Amino acid sequence: MREINVDTIKENIARMCIEANHYLDEDLKECMASHLAAEPSEVARNILESIGKNIEIAEEGIFPLCQDTGMACVFMEIGQDVHITGGSLEDAINEGVRQGYTEGYLRKSIVRDPLDRVNTGDNTPAYIHYDIVPGDQVKITVAPKGFGSENMSRIKMFPPSAGEEGVKDFVVETAKLAGANPCPPIVLGVGIGGTFDKAALMAKKALLKPLDKPNESPYYDEMEQELLERINSLGIGPQGFGGRTTALAVNIITAPTHIAGLPVAVNVNCHVSRHKTVVL
Amino acid sequence: MAITIKEPFTKDKFKDLRAGESVLLTGTIYTARDAAHKRITEMIARGEKPPFEIKDSIIYYVGPTPAKPGRPIGSAGPTTSYRMDAYAPELLDLGQLGMIGKGQRSDEVMAAVVRNGAVYFAAIGGAAALMAGCVKEAEVIAFDDLGAEAVRKLYVEDFPVTVVLDPAGGNLYKEGQEAYLASVSE
Repeated sequence: MREINVDTIKENIARMCIEANHYLDEDLKECMASHLAAEPSEVARNILESIGKNIEIAEEGIFPLCQDTGMACVFMEIGQDVHITGGSLEDAINEGVRQGYTEGYLRKSIVRDPLDRVNTGDNTPAYIHYDIVPGDQVKITVAPKGFGSENMSRIKMFPPSAGEEGVKDFVVETAKLAGANPCPPIVLGVGIGGTFDKAALMAKKALLKPLDKPNESPYYDEMEQELLERINSLGIGPQGFGGRTTALAVNIITAPTHIAGLPVAVNVNCHVSRHKTVVL
Repeated sequence: MAITIKEPFTKDKFKDLRAGESVLLTGTIYTARDAAHKRITEMIARGEKPPFEIKDSIIYYVGPTPAKPGRPIGSAGPTTSYRMDAYAPELLDLGQLGMIGKGQRSDEVMAAVVRNGAVYFAAIGGAAALMAGCVKEAEVIAFDDLGAEAVRKLYVEDFPVTVVLDPAGGNLYKEGQEAYLASVSE
């Protein structure tokens, strides 16, 4: 059985917390450039250009992309033939987050209790999700999630009769209700099916999907394109000042569900759609 | 072209600003977000003096990242403003002149802006590295225990903002989106 020491995991998480907060992936930058080229409003183009400048400044490594350096969402895909050695995996993940956020001068945004609201001072604990998968590798994704956009996310348990139209209207309505609040242009992760909690998890995982590849299902790929077009006809525009570019992309993940249900979750992200992945 | 406004900030300098105008602010502004607003309004209710003079102040809704050595501040973009809606009308009635944030405000805040001749500005959300360069000095003046949420006194130069709510009742989020939709339906 292959062994991986927790120190390796900790070091990679610390590094990815810092990198994700300074460098956006090429697919997002290319997506932004194509929307800029198609944007008819001058006000909107100016904002998209300022966002482009912000990305360049962050790449110098001194200032993070956004002051909300997020709640550290860590997705672990652990091969079933891997043995984690050297201590507690959960402690190692949190220690990686602590080091990354402290040494990287990132903001500490986590409170220890939702109601007493005392800051933990080191951005821990992380939100951690584990999947056990075949193989002998460990895939780690760190996705710092800002809450200006997180707060605009929604979930609804539809009856099956709501069908495709009910689902699509709910996604568009979510973007409309969010308006200027989540720092548009936004990226939407949509989870359809599963259970109440599974739908929300799929919506969050949908935000990790590459923006330059079509959905694996032609049916849902078409739905993503239609939703993007409908959202970009709302007129909200970058920062809500008016324009075409309200959303950069819509990504959908689905799962089997119960005969009585049709759960739909929409996780809203801003244009700083950050995530870094390593395979060990 | 952007309008340049330098301190002292006064109602007279703000009264003709209109929704959609770009403004460059130079002068002293104060940071406060959720937790600091709660404490400031509690201090006022107890009859205590708040950490800075509310009258003619500009409050920036921001929780910056920690400053790296040799820098006054880290990244410093706006946080979502509606969370301060519960506190803003009271502060505006005490003479607060400006708010800088992002996103929609309540009807109560819109009414308080008009009633007091105040202005709500938006800074570009998520362009925090770009705006950090406009902050020349930063000093924590209250609630150090709140970390990123502490009240800071900032000196900013040519800090870029856009007028969203103006003293005449204009609202950029409404007007800007309507103007765009009208322009593409022509």
